[in-house]
Amino acid sequence: MKIYVPMDSAAKALGAEDVVNALRAAAPEAEIIRTGTRGMIWLEPLVEVDIDGVRHGFGMAEPHDAAAILDGTSAKALGPVEELDWMKRQTRLTFARVGVIDPLSLDDYESHGGLKGLRVALDLSAQQIVDEVKTSGLRGRGGAGFPTGIKWQTVHDAEAPQKYIVCNADEGDSGTFADRMVMEGDPFTLIEGMAIAGLGVGATKGYVYLRSEYPDAIAVMTRAVELARAAGVLGNDVLCSGRAFDMEIRKGAGAYVCGEETSLLNSLEGKRGVVRAKPPLPALEGFLGRPTVVNNVISLATVPVIFEKGGKHYADFGLGRSRGTVTLQIAGNVARGGLFETAFGISLGEVVNDLGGGTASGRPVKAVQVGGPLGAYMPVSKFDTPLGYEEFDQAGGLIGHAGLTVFDDRTDMLGMARFAMEFCAVESCGKCTPCRIGAVRGVETLDRIAEGDAAALPLLTDLCETMTDGSLCALGGFTPFPVMSAVTHFPDDFARQKEAAE
Amino acid sequence: MPASADFDAAELQTIIAAHQSLEGPLLPLLHAIQDNFGHIPTGAHAPICEALNITRAELHGVISFYHDFREAPAGRHVLKICRAEACQSVGGSELAEGLLSKLGLDWHGTTPNGAVTIEPVYCLGLCACAPAAMVDDRVVGRVDAARLDTLLAEAGA
Repeated sequence: MKIYVPMDSAAKALGAEDVVNALRAAAPEAEIIRTGTRGMIWLEPLVEVDIDGVRHGFGMAEPHDAAAILDGTSAKALGPVEELDWMKRQTRLTFARVGVIDPLSLDDYESHGGLKGLRVALDLSAQQIVDEVKTSGLRGRGGAGFPTGIKWQTVHDAEAPQKYIVCNADEGDSGTFADRMVMEGDPFTLIEGMAIAGLGVGATKGYVYLRSEYPDAIAVMTRAVELARAAGVLGNDVLCSGRAFDMEIRKGAGAYVCGEETSLLNSLEGKRGVVRAKPPLPALEGFLGRPTVVNNVISLATVPVIFEKGGKHYADFGLGRSRGTVTLQIAGNVARGGLFETAFGISLGEVVNDLGGGTASGRPVKAVQVGGPLGAYMPVSKFDTPLGYEEFDQAGGLIGHAGLTVFDDRTDMLGMARFAMEFCAVESCGKCTPCRIGAVRGVETLDRIAEGDAAALPLLTDLCETMTDGSLCALGGFTPFPVMSAVTHFPDDFARQKEAAE
Repeated sequence: MPASADFDAAELQTIIAAHQSLEGPLLPLLHAIQDNFGHIPTGAHAPICEALNITRAELHGVISFYHDFREAPAGRHVLKICRAEACQSVGGSELAEGLLSKLGLDWHGTTPNGAVTIEPVYCLGLCACAPAAMVDDRVVGRVDAARLDTLLAEAGA
């Protein structure tokens, strides 16, 4: 008997280890395989039992359900997992194997299409690799949406004795967990993607800068790198090609700003995580002053499937200039939270109401923050906005890393705006004045508004303009997004406070 | 009290030697020192600076920049409670405030018996099963007041 239980940290956080212990006790002979999560976090721990080669799910399993799950009488039976609406409606390219395979089995990985992309890439010239990524239309999934192929071309064209691939796994944005899920559920895909990037640009060394808040992901990635090295996927002779690529996992130290690429590079070098002015671009002068590709986890983890199925295949999904799939992370006060991979173009309302099932509290949705702490609060009136880089830009927001945090009608938007400024003040690296001082002044100004000082609102608007125009990086530059979107779309929350004071 | 009283100097040299040849060795080195000694002892500054050829000001700058590094030991366990937006959307702030006032602590405070230090954290990636917390390296989702009490009791608070 084969039983699958996720070891993803969300499943663990909801009691997967206790469920595994109960299953082991009830069926010592059963083979329990640990996997990543399918992404239906509201159903975790989701136990899957292999019945005649089909995996049947049992959702929100608890230890006392073990016996009933094993004898097939459990009321928590969901039927075949692949047939569930949530799974059937997805286009899983980057996340095809997550939740399916044992994350630390290279055999499992290969039998589900793993390493095919790398083998294809090994037969291509460096320029052909870069061209294939350009064909795919892949844009940086970390938030900025910069075309990945163009970035790779710059590093490819640079001449240097050493180049680097740096994976930005400092996924600090609230409402996002796709990087964590792929690293815990399919770590070899990230390793393979980085190796292909190395071949494409001529880099032989890679680093994954992984935040310390993800101990499970650090453990899985570290082990996966060891296994890949032992199997000859990494090292001086990648898959017996005579080409070299190796990598290390580096742990962050709890600074949000290190998700910004130049600050990440300083941190990786062992310095304060202070933002660097651009130019020079990291593509030309990055880690230790060498040409460096800095890409997000999802961008790099998507590279293998692009080479396995072809850049054109990937580009055939999507909307306008947003090609391929977007890995939506539905979070916060939502009935069905989790990860949903689909082609760009789905509307915000469909994601929140249809996929997410509205709020967990059962109350009306008030706002959805899209793109993390630096993303705009979108009101229900903007629910027809399609998920696409340009489409969200036009609607006054950004999709960022495609995390969506849902809030119900009890949310005080002035409080959320104040938190955005407070967070920026805590996490500012201190290099530029608009961010370092502006965020502190922002908190003070919002407190004045809360006390009923009408003159403070124009001041806040002015301050936000200064931060947007004058900050070096997205922390100070984008903090005005949540603040001003709250002011614009929820004026009552800023005026009501005034009436209360009077 | 001599500065070297709270750590083993020979062990420190072993840790330094193991990290010295890395590209960008300082963060991995500081993590390893903290994993071993529970904090970055002041007495370790001079040997680190000597080995990496950096100034004490540079080292202090790095240690003080990152939330993770401690200049004094924490409690025996560290309870991190997420303060970020997704956790706030399901009552995370009220939960944290309730706990802190019950314990009579502020953020970063340690219970009087030295068992638990309460730290804020900005996102554990458990945003679809919020509010989230972490005890040492163990993650916990859908935390409520009763669950927090259990976690604290387990940690000996």
